Amino acid sequence: MTQRTHNWLLLAPAGTWFLVMLIIPLIVVFIFSFGERAPSGGVVLAFSFEQYANLPARWAAFKNTMTLAPIGTLSALLIAYPLAYFLAVKANPRWKTILLVLVIVPFWTSILIRSYAWIFLLGGRGIPALLEWVGIEGLRLINTPFAVLVGIIYGYLPLMVFPIFVSLDKLDKRLLEASSDLGAKPWKTFLQVTLPLSIPGIATGCMLVFILLMGEYLIPALLGGGKVFFVGNALVDLFLQSRNWAYGSAVAVTLVVVMLITVTIYMRLISRLGASREDVSIM
Amino acid sequence: MEIEAYTEATFPADRKVVAELRGVSKRFGDVLAASDLNLSIGEGEFLSFLGPSGCGKTTALRMLAGFETPSEGQVLLDGEVVNDLDAHNRPVNMVFQQYALFPHMTVAQNIGYGLRQVRPRIPKPQIAERVQKALEVVRLGGFEDRKIWEMSGGQQQRVALARAIINEPKLLLLDEPMAALDRKLRKEMQIELQDLQRQLGITFVLVTHDQEEALSMSDRICIMRDGRIVQIGSPQELYDRPNSRYVADFVGTSNFFNGTLQGSTEGMSTVLLDNGMQVQGMAGDGFSDHQDVCISVRPEQMKLRHQGDGVEVKVHNRIFLGEHTEYLVSHQTLGDFLVLAPRQADLTEGAFAVGETAMVSWEATAALVLDRN
Repeated sequence: MTQRTHNWLLLAPAGTWFLVMLIIPLIVVFIFSFGERAPSGGVVLAFSFEQYANLPARWAAFKNTMTLAPIGTLSALLIAYPLAYFLAVKANPRWKTILLVLVIVPFWTSILIRSYAWIFLLGGRGIPALLEWVGIEGLRLINTPFAVLVGIIYGYLPLMVFPIFVSLDKLDKRLLEASSDLGAKPWKTFLQVTLPLSIPGIATGCMLVFILLMGEYLIPALLGGGKVFFVGNALVDLFLQSRNWAYGSAVAVTLVVVMLITVTIYMRLISRLGASREDVSIM
Repeated sequence: MEIEAYTEATFPADRKVVAELRGVSKRFGDVLAASDLNLSIGEGEFLSFLGPSGCGKTTALRMLAGFETPSEGQVLLDGEVVNDLDAHNRPVNMVFQQYALFPHMTVAQNIGYGLRQVRPRIPKPQIAERVQKALEVVRLGGFEDRKIWEMSGGQQQRVALARAIINEPKLLLLDEPMAALDRKLRKEMQIELQDLQRQLGITFVLVTHDQEEALSMSDRICIMRDGRIVQIGSPQELYDRPNSRYVADFVGTSNFFNGTLQGSTEGMSTVLLDNGMQVQGMAGDGFSDHQDVCISVRPEQMKLRHQGDGVEVKVHNRIFLGEHTEYLVSHQTLGDFLVLAPRQADLTEGAFAVGETAMVSWEATAALVLDRN
């Protein structure tokens, strides 16, 4: 067997899978997006931009997604970094593994069930009732952007912790000693050595969480209660409830395009940050 | 007590003391890594901690750097106790094992790191100028914009050196700096390090397990074992007057024969070896009669002859080393030991073949009476 056929065989299963399950459906959706709604639901193929012209009607979904996804990513980063730092640098090696397992323990239960738990916690008889008891009244948590944000951060935190942990864990701790030896105060050592060297982990974590958040459906559906919805919720609504496949396809294509643009800008930013990391460290 | 005597002998009273360890011990849990270390380091001195791994030499170095706090005792710099002074506040810099260079910075940024931490800030042009100077000192001019991973092992070591000397530390600590270099490069760097030390006048403290490295570079060597200092002295002192079998064995090569001390007159002692032979040897202070001791004789101090005085041995193995020939000989009751014959002796007296019988002798002054430990 030649090396070439060997390589093709290695790639065949995944390649076939992606072709059938991703590329072809994407092409179908792309074609549908130029069509029109059939009277009985579904789609009539055509070449019109009518669906795209209608996009502003779903502006709220895009707005929610494009605000809550970045905010959620950033919040998760701010919570995850100190935790990852503690696990990688400060934690007793004997406890490290156990603590790491604790970080992924939530994954042992379905996100659906855990999000249901948040409905109760944020609902009338949960935290608001507790707050009422100490004198803060009339606070509504469930079905607000805040509730969705809480759910998002809760659900995606481990995905942020792990890449950052890995980059901090493989960081040579003698570099920190070298920095201290050369006169840098602990805070300066963090800014000049630890942080720049953990950028790959931060980049991976943010990318992972952000992309998944852009397509999020479940958490806004449960904790947003139809008031705070993402593009994902709009898509489900269009395809399954209103059976307006053409319009749904246009929204889906737009989401993919927006995602591609954002991710490209993000990648550019990160690689530039990586290239000028020396300048960062001079500060 | 004996250690004190050796220290005084090699530490001139008029020399300024830069750093001092006073009764310093360090415990890690139940492990006593360093025990009651007493040592003065003089200005401009090249001092080495020598010992096998786990002997406490690195712990001693890390306490000088400020990475470890002594469990007991005091670390002094310039006469002031610095036990509670963090590493980043100590005027001491270190060349790390494997160098610990910052991978995200260029050569120049690595070297200038120490200067950038100084407050009030040093102006950038001034930093650049001093970095240039340091690059020239370690002969790396023109490499300033290189990435660390583009540098060879030897070059990385020079970067680490330049980074550590740029703040003109009171002490330059070197933690096994040659361990990652190949043999030839190591030789070159040893000479370069010595030159650098003379040129800069900075006090160097080196940690190594390589006796050759310590012997060739140091003004004084501090031999360590199980967390304790065994002996401090110049390389010659340690070689000629080791205070224990351990030191004699660690510094150079020696033959040891166990026995019991019989008595001493005017520095010359008589030892009854375990095989019944009676030999003369030089004993230091602190020995008492009937004490278990051993006799140490360096291989090059032994004479191998075809006939004459001495003990009769059989040549077991022969290794030609150029200037010397190393003979492994065996004696019926003393066992195997080494004799180093200069090339000249082989030429004038004739070499010995394996299996041949020969006579081995040594001067009484070449035999040292030592503790068995």
